[in-house]
Amino acid sequence: MVTERIDAQLPGAVLDRHAFRGDETVVVAGERFLEVVDFIFGEGFQLLVDVTAVDLETRDPRFDVVYHFLNLASQARLRIKLPVAEAAPVPSLVSRFKSADWAEREVFDLFGIPFEGHPNLKRLLMWEDFPGHPLRKDFPLDGGDPFCSQDIGASYAPEARTLNP
Amino acid sequence: MGNLTLDDSVMTTRLDSVVNWARKNSLWPLPFGTACCAIEFMSMMASRYDFSRFGAEALRFSPRQSDMLLVLGTITNKQAPVLRQIYAQMAEPKWVVAVGVCASSGGMYRTYATLQGIDRVVPVDVYVPGCPPRPETMIYGVMELQKKITRETLMGRKEHIERFYQSLARQEERQRAQGLSSHQVVRDMVLEAGAAGAQQIW
Amino acid sequence: MATTPAPASTRPDGDRMIVNMGPSHPVTHGTLHIVLELEGEFIVKATPNIGYLHRGVEKLGENLSYQQFIPLTDRLNYCSSLMNNVGYTLAVEKLLGIQDPPRSQVLRVLCSELARIGDHLVCIGINAVDIGAFTAFLYLFKERETIYDLFEMMAGQRLHSSFTRIGGLFRDIPAEFEPLCEQFLESCPRTVDEMESLLTHNPIWADRTKGVGAITPENAISWGYTGPCLRAAGVPQDLRKAQPYLGYESYEFDIPVATTGDIYDRYLVRTEEMRQSLRIVRQCLDRLRQIGPGPVIIEDYKIALPPKEKVYTRMESLIHHFKLIMHGMEMPVGEVYGATEAANGELGFYIVSHGAKSPYRIHVRPPCYPIFNSFDEQVRGRIIADAVAVLGGMNVIAGELDR
Repeated sequence: MVTERIDAQLPGAVLDRHAFRGDETVVVAGERFLEVVDFIFGEGFQLLVDVTAVDLETRDPRFDVVYHFLNLASQARLRIKLPVAEAAPVPSLVSRFKSADWAEREVFDLFGIPFEGHPNLKRLLMWEDFPGHPLRKDFPLDGGDPFCSQDIGASYAPEARTLNP
Repeated sequence: MGNLTLDDSVMTTRLDSVVNWARKNSLWPLPFGTACCAIEFMSMMASRYDFSRFGAEALRFSPRQSDMLLVLGTITNKQAPVLRQIYAQMAEPKWVVAVGVCASSGGMYRTYATLQGIDRVVPVDVYVPGCPPRPETMIYGVMELQKKITRETLMGRKEHIERFYQSLARQEERQRAQGLSSHQVVRDMVLEAGAAGAQQIW
Repeated sequence: MATTPAPASTRPDGDRMIVNMGPSHPVTHGTLHIVLELEGEFIVKATPNIGYLHRGVEKLGENLSYQQFIPLTDRLNYCSSLMNNVGYTLAVEKLLGIQDPPRSQVLRVLCSELARIGDHLVCIGINAVDIGAFTAFLYLFKERETIYDLFEMMAGQRLHSSFTRIGGLFRDIPAEFEPLCEQFLESCPRTVDEMESLLTHNPIWADRTKGVGAITPENAISWGYTGPCLRAAGVPQDLRKAQPYLGYESYEFDIPVATTGDIYDRYLVRTEEMRQSLRIVRQCLDRLRQIGPGPVIIEDYKIALPPKEKVYTRMESLIHHFKLIMHGMEMPVGEVYGATEAANGELGFYIVSHGAKSPYRIHVRPPCYPIFNSFDEQVRGRIIADAVAVLGGMNVIAGELDR
């Protein structure tokens, strides 16, 4: 398992690792992140499938930046999660994977997580002077437009997110 | 050629009628295609539904050369000023058909990013519901537009077009004054109109 | 191409001019904006500007139940809606740890392959129309109408069928489906042959597409390419063979792989994929006959709605129905990434669940996103006409690009 090899090669880099429904996940500390990425690149995980983030509003550090890698030779997948605090920069992977270009820009646009070393860190999906970062949990779904959520019943309310309201 | 009398070769009518007849049977669409409705539009242009029977085969992607703006698909808040500019560039007479529920009312996307109906930013003549509307529905929508055109008068510029150009002037003034992008200014205007209870910014 | 030329740039770079391609343009791939910096006819830099169809699907998903998200997935890659449905429900089923019944699996494969054929028909048709070959588009759309008839028969809607449900399918196919599908299997290869006779050995088509947009396998992998564009570059990666799902390992089909990755190769790969998909559809029909009638949705009423007869006659089923609609399914806590081979490449759904009725975070990994990211590199140094051909060959669908 590549997660075991990461642990063996770079002790202390992995904060947590687990497997769920066949997906391997490692949680990595920010300072060791680039080392882990270089190591798995050497192991064959050369296709960066996606970069995204999750806003865990009550946890500190607030965000989890999530990377998915694919190994074309062994067809193994790996997920790397990077816990990041508010406004803390994340090292950019653009120099290693060209697909990180827009993926990181999107995370910056929608979550406000800055990427250090990105050549063109501008908003991608929203317009340049859009106020706020839409996918953060404190940003309302309707963006402040009262007309948008007019006449909608309970299913769009935040309370409906819990199983037993 | 035979003996043609005056009765055979001359027809008398009103100027309004003949101009409207000509206009409604040669509506050149500008397919402002953004999303899925554009695919159904392509089906409508293809052989089975054949939109060209209505005189609308000439698709002109330039606003200067078309009469009918078919808004096909979701218009997002980022796209709203673009839609306004395209509408402004069209020469009169011009009509707008909001094809699909996304263009008519925002559709299923009641979010921060989607414009809740293009009638908030441009005047609309016909709304065609459906997600996506079948090609027959879109053809029916254009036929309704044709009926509407039959009832038009040639006197004077239409009031809604005049109001639109005034709102465009207001938008440009605001952009100059505040130094914001057109997207943000249109979004602000839409939000203010919504808060004031009005739905349109024109 | 309706480009709206701006006045010549004021930079002292001689002939450099900035031209906007879009956001309203006739290249009907949905709404995109590309800022082209030109020196004469040659492109010095191409900056894609996307987000004109960003509808907030991911945030909306955080407020809807898992089942309610299915119609939103339809509208991602709207040329092949069913594949998005299948991809999403497979990801949710992975999270739940369940599997749908065998008949449903075969039907899902059947729908996916029909949708794949539909997507390639549109892609090649639009690619041809952009370059000026209008006839191919009309021939291909005639075939697409038959696919629409099949979808309408199956699900009631031509384009956005929302046919799958968590745990299976909405309903079984009617009896009239099979004869029409057989008829389709006869007529589609003839149409593809007709289209090939128009394009494949056409010197104009070859001039416009050969050598344009070529990419090396290493570069393609670095850019995150998947799907026909990656296979055209020479990498034999197809999730149906590499990481099979829905029983794809038991079907006989081949993966076309080309060499240079240019637009001509992508066209050839898509054409051959259509033929292979027809093979799979034929095998699906045979398999459906073998399996015979059976359930098309899982019979666990904590996940799938019980049939109406039971809801009306048994208290327990009524309670299950009520709980499912009002409170949603009971989801485990965890996260999954479920990927399928959509028409454009790897369509992935990353779902984070905290056990609630709605996903805590749902992210769609669109296949054409990294491919369009490489647009600048693909067209730099080429002429504007090549930019149009490359855009067509990439099959950028704005619905899935911007979500």
